[in-house]
Amino acid sequence: MMDLLNALVALSNFVIVPAVAYGSQLALGALGVTLIYGILRFSNFAHGDTMAFGAMIAVLVTWGLQAVGVSFGPLPTALLALPFAILGCIVLVLITDRLVYRFYREQRAKPVILVIVSMGVMFIMNGLVRFIIGPDDQRFSDGARFIISARDFKSMTGLREGLAIKTSQGITLVVAVVAVALLFWFLNKTRTGKSMRAYSDNEDLALLSGINPERVVMITWIIVAALATTAGVLYGLDKSFKPFVYFQLLLPIFASAIVGGLGNPLGAIAGGFIIAFSEVTVTYAWKKVLTYVAPESLAPSGLVQFLSTDYKFAVSFAILLIVLLFKPTGLFKGKAV
Amino acid sequence: MTESVKNTLLFIVVGGLILLTGFTQSWNAAILILNMGLISAILAIGVNLQWGFAGLFNVGVMGFVALGGLAVVLVSTPPTPGAWSSGGYGIILALLLGAATVVAAVLVATRMPRGRAQTLTTIAILLVGFFVYRAVFDPSVAGVEAIEPAVAGNLGGLNLPVLVAWPAGGLLAAGAAWLIGKTALGLRSDYLAIATLGIAEIIIAIMKNEDWLARGVKNVYGIPRPSPVVGYEVDLQNDPSFVARADWFGLDPVIASTLSVKLGYSLLFMIVLLALLWMAQMALKSPWGRMMRAIRDNEVAAEAMGKDVTRRHLQIFVLGSAICGIAGAMMTTLDGQLTPGTYNPLRFTFLVWVMVIVGGSGNNFGAVLGAFLIWFLWVQVEPMGLWFMNLITSSMPDGSALKSHLIDSAAHMRLFTMGLILLIVLRFSPRGLIPEK
Repeated sequence: MMDLLNALVALSNFVIVPAVAYGSQLALGALGVTLIYGILRFSNFAHGDTMAFGAMIAVLVTWGLQAVGVSFGPLPTALLALPFAILGCIVLVLITDRLVYRFYREQRAKPVILVIVSMGVMFIMNGLVRFIIGPDDQRFSDGARFIISARDFKSMTGLREGLAIKTSQGITLVVAVVAVALLFWFLNKTRTGKSMRAYSDNEDLALLSGINPERVVMITWIIVAALATTAGVLYGLDKSFKPFVYFQLLLPIFASAIVGGLGNPLGAIAGGFIIAFSEVTVTYAWKKVLTYVAPESLAPSGLVQFLSTDYKFAVSFAILLIVLLFKPTGLFKGKAV
Repeated sequence: MTESVKNTLLFIVVGGLILLTGFTQSWNAAILILNMGLISAILAIGVNLQWGFAGLFNVGVMGFVALGGLAVVLVSTPPTPGAWSSGGYGIILALLLGAATVVAAVLVATRMPRGRAQTLTTIAILLVGFFVYRAVFDPSVAGVEAIEPAVAGNLGGLNLPVLVAWPAGGLLAAGAAWLIGKTALGLRSDYLAIATLGIAEIIIAIMKNEDWLARGVKNVYGIPRPSPVVGYEVDLQNDPSFVARADWFGLDPVIASTLSVKLGYSLLFMIVLLALLWMAQMALKSPWGRMMRAIRDNEVAAEAMGKDVTRRHLQIFVLGSAICGIAGAMMTTLDGQLTPGTYNPLRFTFLVWVMVIVGGSGNNFGAVLGAFLIWFLWVQVEPMGLWFMNLITSSMPDGSALKSHLIDSAAHMRLFTMGLILLIVLRFSPRGLIPEK
């Protein structure tokens, strides 16, 4: 019995808690990708760098706040900086849309042209971020490190395994839930949200019923910037801020969005958690959990790690391929064929 | 001004830029730009084949380049003594077992009637196969990696001349492209992009982590040069006739030897580029090339005319990737080392895309021109950025934080400039410098 509890705690500590946090971050990122796909109808390669840009502003504002002595108690100061970062990111994407994307929208360019254009935007944003903050790792998290640390948990429960929950993980979950709730309330209950969904379902019909497309596009960008910045800041708090890592996040984020069904917000969330859980479970060394559960004679000798952690990309990718081959529209019906 | 005059002028301008580098900076730098420009031009031809001819959106160029580099190590380095007996065969056996598992699973999944039994059998085959594979694979890998880990720890290669490795790199890339194309080409364009992006990352991850293959991030050094065309500096300096010739040119023998080595590479690369360019031109003009463009412009119509669109796409995807593989092998040969840690998608995939689009997608000469021009800019933007930053900060007081930050950040101007060039070309001249005819 004790062994089972220990196994459960070890499992939560090393698999469930990190995967939930990572999954929330991916889900927020994938929501941005999926909204762009639904409304603007292209895969935005610059999304990772949009996240990096938003997070960068948060880092800079956090440093500023720390310098004048503002803090948020046990919570990271970055949360106070988040609204400013979102605002900055909104300004950037709106400028980008005005200068770059609008031209192609008016031309009704093919989606693949827009993808290439987003590649150019990706270069520019990547360059901007490196130019302003440099390519290195930046730490900006402060406040209490743990909600509950492994040692406290052990002394509290008397178990041999500890369960540590980092503040950043707790915040990630709370913020993600709030953000998703707000988004769905907006999409389903407000007039503007409904017009967005109508536009996404059938552009011509929406235009006929008097929906202003430029307004829909603008609101989409604003929401996407907010989601991307939130995802970027949460990821940065949980791991650390490094511009190139955000670029690499593009792959799992796209995998999440496609697995769930591109253009479908609910799918993006599910996809994010599917990708996160599979990445973590496949690259986790199961020895610890198995030694508690399995009888003595069957105790594993190796690490029982399916793949080394460096292959986590391969995992998200394999899932992506399987879904594409067997259910090309994604698990939840997306709009892409 | 006729079109051909304009195009010749464009090439002359880019050639002049490289010559200018030689006169104002150093000839060493100029030839370096030329060599990498030649390799980039080959890459651009490969991407142009896929995108310009067939409209395939491949953003996994980096993966094929890396496979070409891997082929160089596997073909031209000497084998590690004892590696094969202490685990090499085991690794091969494990890989075969792994492949057999996948094939068996696919067969079961396609041949058995749909239902729960099918799913369960497939999963069972995959699970059992995976554990058998790991049981054979792990000890063999440990055996190979235990051999002198500081200098070897890998299987080594076949000890063949490095020139053989270039076509081998193409073949390896073509094989990988066939596998990828088989699974991903039926998908729509965005999905192909994501799929290739992912595959490239996976190839790099494998090369970084599988030490038995090519030492992973420990890198492989001392890849042999394609002698006798490319010699070694020390031999040349000890060669009296070479020293005499260098003297005749009025050059220091040390400088002359490095220049001579680099020019040897230029010669080889130029031959490969011209051959591939000729082939690409012939392909473009042939009925096959016209069919490809017809498919690109209207898939439905081409299919209605009885063209097998998916097959043709697979064909050109494999061909284009093979060219990228050859270029990757040449790049690793030029470097003389394989460093998997340095492959970066911005530099090896997206930059090639900028080259093709700026040069003119669908036009081979355009792709080549774009490659030289963009590579030149990629190298020169850094010093230009520094100069620019010095200019705008010259009025600021010394020691101000902003000034030092701006000057330090000049190095990051590159990506920004490339993005700007891409966007400007796409906006104002979407067909590129030398448009498709």
